[in-house]
Amino acid sequence: MADDNEALISDEIELDAQTENLPSVIEFVETFLDRVSCPMKSMMQISVAVDEIFTNISSYAYHSGIGKAKIYLAQLTDPRAVQLTFIDSGVPYDPLAKEDPDVTLSASERQIGGLGIFMAKKLMDEVKYEYRDGKNILRMKKYL
Amino acid sequence: MEINKNLDGSKLTVALSGRLDTTTAPVFEKELKESLNGVNDLTLDFSGLEYISSAGLRVLLSAQKLLNASKGTMKITGANEIVKEIFEVTGFSDILTIE
Repeated sequence: MADDNEALISDEIELDAQTENLPSVIEFVETFLDRVSCPMKSMMQISVAVDEIFTNISSYAYHSGIGKAKIYLAQLTDPRAVQLTFIDSGVPYDPLAKEDPDVTLSASERQIGGLGIFMAKKLMDEVKYEYRDGKNILRMKKYL
Repeated sequence: MEINKNLDGSKLTVALSGRLDTTTAPVFEKELKESLNGVNDLTLDFSGLEYISSAGLRVLLSAQKLLNASKGTMKITGANEIVKEIFEVTGFSDILTIE
């Protein structure tokens, strides 16, 4: 699932999109990041983004039903980066279409909705969404 | 995630270690709710915390609102670089007291 440059090392996992599976997803991602010698700071930032994206898919993609989520990981070169691709067959939903939350509001006015995807956008270098062949495809890139 | 609580009169210190994420935030929220009765000085010791996700931020926001309502204080100590970055980008650094 690499786009413009070739993946040196890649891996994939498919599992039920349920928050109970988040620890397995994080472990899968961090094992891969270890393999590609990802620095600790980037690993933690990626893990937060993965938490937000997988939680979003688990909560909204299949409403109350259970569906699958696929995650592809790839190490890219030139420039060196890791690419994480999340695919689900749930309802079409572009998380990037939502307006960023107002992060200047006081505690009493604050809303948490939309904060997760906003954090993923801030912590990763690139986040792209497309809906293709009945699938939501969210691709994130982090330069190493 | 590990949670250690220390109550001294109306002063509560909660030390967290590990990760405050979608899986662990509900546990932290429950622990905190059970302990906040009569507390007007809350310290969250984050020196052992690796990272925080939006689920964790949600718990911090509701704790801050509770303490604001009861005219108490809440502060966060020992946050690492990642946690501080997340507080910065989300504007939580303006809502919370971070030492």
